[in-house]
Amino acid sequence: MVIKTQPFILNMGPQHPSTHGVFRMRVTLDGEVIVDLEPVLGYLHRGIEKLAEGRTYTQVIPLTDRLDYVTSMTNNLAYVLAVEKLAGIKVPERAEYLRIIIAEMMRISSHLMGIGFFLNDMGAMMTPVLYMWREREKLVDLFEMVCGQRLLYNYMRIGGVSHDIPEEFLPALKKFIAEMPKFIDEYNQLLAGNEILLARSKGVGILPRDLAINIGASGPVLRASGVNWDIRKADPYSIYDRFDFDVPVGSAGDCYDRYWIKILEMRQSLRILEQAIAQLPEGEVCANVPALVRPPVGEVYMRIEAPKGELGFYIVSDNSIAPYRCHIRPPELINLTALRDMVIGWKVADLILTFGSIDICMGEIDR
Amino acid sequence: MTVRLNGEEAARKIASACPDSIVSADKDAVVVDSKSLHQVAEYLKTDAGFDFNYLANLTSVDYLDYFEVVYNLISLNHNHSLTIKTRCDDRNNPTVPSVIDLWRTADYQEREIYDLMGITFSGHPNMKRLFLWEGFEGHPLRRDYL
Repeated sequence: MVIKTQPFILNMGPQHPSTHGVFRMRVTLDGEVIVDLEPVLGYLHRGIEKLAEGRTYTQVIPLTDRLDYVTSMTNNLAYVLAVEKLAGIKVPERAEYLRIIIAEMMRISSHLMGIGFFLNDMGAMMTPVLYMWREREKLVDLFEMVCGQRLLYNYMRIGGVSHDIPEEFLPALKKFIAEMPKFIDEYNQLLAGNEILLARSKGVGILPRDLAINIGASGPVLRASGVNWDIRKADPYSIYDRFDFDVPVGSAGDCYDRYWIKILEMRQSLRILEQAIAQLPEGEVCANVPALVRPPVGEVYMRIEAPKGELGFYIVSDNSIAPYRCHIRPPELINLTALRDMVIGWKVADLILTFGSIDICMGEIDR
Repeated sequence: MTVRLNGEEAARKIASACPDSIVSADKDAVVVDSKSLHQVAEYLKTDAGFDFNYLANLTSVDYLDYFEVVYNLISLNHNHSLTIKTRCDDRNNPTVPSVIDLWRTADYQEREIYDLMGITFSGHPNMKRLFLWEGFEGHPLRRDYL
């Protein structure tokens, strides 16, 4: 007797604890093996690009907070750099350094969250996340010192930053930088050689080098596939050319490499932070910019290395007080293009893990 | 530092390989006729001198008289960049050839443009809305959408 079988269509999300927000996948299964996958997006679409067209250049900054809300200030940075490039605004030295300090702290904070939830997706329910949270909390306290907010900071301004740092900030940050390597060692002791972690993530969800380039992957996803491409090095913006740091590159392009790259990048961010604090000059923190910025007619594409990849802003100006067009190049949406290729032929449990290793935040994907 | 290629020089090279493809060029960007867009894109990707293996950004702008589709290309090997653009005047049925067969990254980005700006990419295997639901009327990023 032959048992009749048929593919099974499984809807994962939008309400699902492992989808990092309201992400939905329509997965076709043969038994437990994935034969097809289609992401269904748009549950968090707020039309940020359209909203930006109705606001002044400065009023758009809080909207950028709401893209990837785990790395809010990095989004602020990409946007203000784009407007400054378009309008030809010069930023005071101290503000440049404060921006780098904040951006690298954001990178550590984002990677902590990415690693924590990646392990959560692996089945290490909540314990690793809470370890990561312990350190992230210290960063969030520092951000609160700087601008009074804990999630949506709205700290960057066109021409600089909104406030100077309070005097208790630098000692607290130095303490964090001194302690953090010890904590990273602790994570490694708990995780790096863990047999379950290796068995679940080594060789799983492989993204080959050529495909990674072809799908336009960026950030840790691209570097895990063996491409040495970091915009901070390849096309230095702001003052990144003044710091000495390395770009960790993976080789296998599997889930483990994507996890490991983030650990290594945190150490490099700490190096940049140390140098930035040592070089931090005194002075103004914001240039004298009119409240209504009117960049000359033209367009600009400005990209930065956000924690999750190449975050770009394409802004068209018609010399009015609002952007004529403000397109956001979302690294996470584009990294997600490869998800289908990475999981076909693997089991459902590996799908959750591979998806977690891409490290996404729906605020930016749906915009 | 990524070198921004001069659009006029690039346009001369493109014109010799793909005749009648250039509409205009300035130092920042090359405007390509939409009929030859795919041919130009293929040339830019495969030519060893350009070697644009990475399509960084793909977006569209509504200038009311015409739509403009913008491609920010990067070569990871040479570390240089070039912006090419194409235009379509037909407001009712704007169509541009898809480049998904050259750069798969165009998949979601072209669908996003179709969804929000209403430009169809011919040759895209799955041309449907990305964020909004099927049945939504209009394309919100158009300047005349209120």
